[in-house]
Amino acid sequence: MLSIKNLHASIEGTPILRGINLEVKAGEVHAIMGPNGSGKSTLASVLAGREEYEVTEGEVLFQGKELLALSPEDRAREGVFLAFQYPIEIPGVSTTNFLRTALNQVREYRGQEPLDAVKFLSLMKEKMALVEIDQKLLSRSLNEGFSGGEKKRNEIFQMAMLNPVLSILDETDSGLDIDALRIVSNGVNKLKSDTTATIVVTHYQRLLDYIVPDFVHVLYKGRIVKSGTKELALELEEKGYDWIKEEVDSTATV
Amino acid sequence: MSKDNQILEDLNSKEYEHGWSVNFETDEAPIGLNEDIIRWISTKKEEPSWLLDWRLKAFKIWQGMTEPTWANVNYLKMDLQALRYYSAPKQSKKAKNINEVDPELIAIYERLGISLNEQKRLQGIAIDVVLDSVSVATTFKETLGKLGIVFCSFSEAVKEHPELIQKYLGSVVPMTDNYYAALNAAVFSDGSFCYIPKGVRCPMELSTYFRINAANTGQFERTLIVADDSSYVSYLEGCTAPQRDENQLHAAVVEIYAGAHAEVKYSTVQNWFPGDKDGKGGIYNFVTKRGICAGDHSKISWTQVETGSAVTWKYPSCILKGDYSIGEFYSVAVTNNYQQADTGTKMIHIGKNTKSRIVSKGISAGKSQNSYRGQVQVMKRAHNARNFSQCDSLLMGNQCGAHTFPYIDIANPSAKVEHEATTSKIGEDQIFYCNQRGIATEDAVALIVNGYAKEVLNQLPMEFAVEAQKLLALTLEGSVG
Ligand SMILES: Nc1ncnc2c1ncn2[C@@H]1O[C@H](COP(=O)(O)OP(=O)(O)OP(=O)(O)O)[C@@H](O)[C@H]1O
Ligand SMILES: [Mg+2]
Repeated sequence: MLSIKNLHASIEGTPILRGINLEVKAGEVHAIMGPNGSGKSTLASVLAGREEYEVTEGEVLFQGKELLALSPEDRAREGVFLAFQYPIEIPGVSTTNFLRTALNQVREYRGQEPLDAVKFLSLMKEKMALVEIDQKLLSRSLNEGFSGGEKKRNEIFQMAMLNPVLSILDETDSGLDIDALRIVSNGVNKLKSDTTATIVVTHYQRLLDYIVPDFVHVLYKGRIVKSGTKELALELEEKGYDWIKEEVDSTATV
Repeated sequence: MSKDNQILEDLNSKEYEHGWSVNFETDEAPIGLNEDIIRWISTKKEEPSWLLDWRLKAFKIWQGMTEPTWANVNYLKMDLQALRYYSAPKQSKKAKNINEVDPELIAIYERLGISLNEQKRLQGIAIDVVLDSVSVATTFKETLGKLGIVFCSFSEAVKEHPELIQKYLGSVVPMTDNYYAALNAAVFSDGSFCYIPKGVRCPMELSTYFRINAANTGQFERTLIVADDSSYVSYLEGCTAPQRDENQLHAAVVEIYAGAHAEVKYSTVQNWFPGDKDGKGGIYNFVTKRGICAGDHSKISWTQVETGSAVTWKYPSCILKGDYSIGEFYSVAVTNNYQQADTGTKMIHIGKNTKSRIVSKGISAGKSQNSYRGQVQVMKRAHNARNFSQCDSLLMGNQCGAHTFPYIDIANPSAKVEHEATTSKIGEDQIFYCNQRGIATEDAVALIVNGYAKEVLNQLPMEFAVEAQKLLALTLEGSVG
C-alpha cells in the first residue's frame, strides 16, 4: 500500500530525513519509535504534504500513486490521514462544521454524493460512540480550549469519520488518561481492516499493548536504524535507546 | 451548518459578479453642482418649499466646509463638479404598485437575485429598491399598512407624511454634521422611509436594495427609520454597482430614531464594486449613519458586513440618550487588493445605566488597508455607563495593514469601559490542518474567516448571513497560497 524509498527531506536547508525506506502492506500496523528529534513527526508531515519540508530525494508510492506529486488535500482525499501530535485550533469553527466540509470534499473527490444533514448526523452518532466523545465537544470551536486528551480523542474521532486507508497517529497516546487510552485504542482497532493500514508513532509500550504492531521501527537521525516485531518495543522499553545509538554511531559512515 | 457547506461549494466566480450595467432611458440632471441643480432636483421631485429651503441651507453650509482628511485612507480627490446629481429611470407614469413597474427594471433586480414579485418571495421581506437616484418599487406596502407601518420611498413620504419627515429629518444627523452629510442634505435624491407606530412589532424584515447603474452619477440616498415607543423593526440594506473604470461616489445618510422601549436592528451587507485587482475604479463610500436611543430602555444595533467599495469611510453610531438604553455595533470589514476601509463606531452615553457593545472584526488581504476607528464617550450625567469593545484584526499575507484607533472619553467616574484588541494571521498550520482533512485551501480560508467573523455573522438574519458568508469567501478568493 505504502512504499517509501530512500526518502530525504530537509527544512530550511537542514536535512532531517536522510534515507527512509519503509514498506507498509494493507492490514498491517507499524510502530515508529525513536528518540526526541529523530524525525518521526517530520516523516509524518512529509507524507501528509506539509510544504515547509523540501523533499530532496526519494519517492513514495501510495496505492500505486506518486504520493509526493499530490497536493495535501488530494492525499487526504486518497485516504491518508494524519492524527497530529499537536492539533491546531480553529476559532469559531465547530468540529461538526469542519468535518462536514471535509467529508463532503473527500466524497466529491471520490465521485460520491454529499451527505445530507440527516445522514451526516447519523454517521456522527455512530462514530461518536466508537471513541466515546461528548457531543458538546463537537459543537465547540475546533480544538479551542480543548484539554490535551480531548484534542487527541477528537483527532481519532475525525479519523473515524473520514474512514482513511492509511492512518498515521503521531503520539496520539500522549495526553490521554489511562481510560481514554484504552477507549481510543479500541476505537482505532475497530477501524482497522484488511484494506487499511496504520502507522503509530509513540514513545511508550502501553499504547502498543492495545494497538499491537506487526512491525516496530526505530528512527534515529533521520533513518530507520532498526526494525523488528513487537518484541523490539519491549526491549526498548527495558533498555532505552543508548545501545542502538551506540551501534549506529560506531558504524556510522560519512 | 448545511448552509456553510453549500456556500463553500457555490464558490466559482472570482470577479465581482454584479459588475454589469443596463441601458435604459433615464431622466438626468445636467452635470455639475450649484444652486440651480438643487432647484432642478427639487422641482423634478415636486417638493414642497420647506424641503427646497432645507436643501439650499445645507448647500450653503457645505460650501463653507472642506473635505475631511483625518481618516486613514488615501485617494484621488473627486471632482464634484464633474458628477451628475440626479439620474432616474424614465417611467411613463409613477407606479402605484409593483405590477406597474417597468418590466425592464424588474428584470434588473431579478438578475441581482432580488424578486420584486411578492408572491415569489418565500420569506417575508418587504423591500424598497433604489436605482441610481430614485426608489423604484416598494413591496408588501398593503400588508404593512394594515398595522399602521409606513414603508415607502423617501419622496413619497415627503408627500404623504410631511409631518413625520419635518419632525425627524436631520434630527439625528444634522446637515452641519460633516462634509458628506451636508452634501447629501443638499442633493439627496431618494431613499427609504419607515415608521413603526407605538407598540407594533414589524412582522417582516424591511429591506432597501441600492443599485448604482448610470455612469458618473453620485448616489446620495437618505434613509430615515422611526420606531415609536415599544415598537420593533429589523431593517436590512444591500447594495451593488456596475464595474467601471472611474470611481463613483456614494454618500448616504441613515438616521434612526428609537422611542422608549423600542428596538431597531439595522443590518448592512455592503458590496459596492471594490475596484479591480490593480485598484482601478470602485465606489467611494462615504456614509453617515447614526441612531438615537431617545427613549428609556430603547435599543439600536448596527450590524455591518463590509466587503465592497474602493474606499470606505463609515461610522454607524449610537446616541444613548434614554436611561437604560443600549447601543450595539457588530462589524466585519474585509479589504483585499487595493481597498481601503476606515470604519468603526461612536457610542455616546448620555443617559444613566446605558450600555454599549462593540465587536469589530477586520480582515485585510492583498495590499489593502483596514482601520478600526471607535469612540466611546461617557457624558457627565451618564451614571453607571458600561462599554465593552472587542476589536480583532486578521491579516492575510504581509502586504496589507490593520490599524486600530480607539478613543475613550469619560466624564463620569462610575463608567466601566473595557477594550480588548487582538491581531492574528491566518496560520499556515491552520490551512495545512484543513488540507490534511481534504479541504482545499480556498475553502479552508473561507472556513477560517467565517469562523473568525462568526460572532458578527450570527447577528444577521438568516438569509443575509448566508449571503454575507458567500461574499466574505468571494472577496478573499485567491488571497492565500
Ligand atoms: N522548522 C524547523 N526548523 C529547524 N529545525 C526543525 C524545524 N522543524 C523541525 N526541526 C527539527 O527536525 C528534527 C526532527 O523533528 P521531529 O519533530 O520530526 O522529531 P520527532 O522525532 O517527532 O520528535 P518527538 O519525539 O520529540 O516528537 C528536530 O531536531 C527538530 O528540531
Ligand atoms: Mg514528534
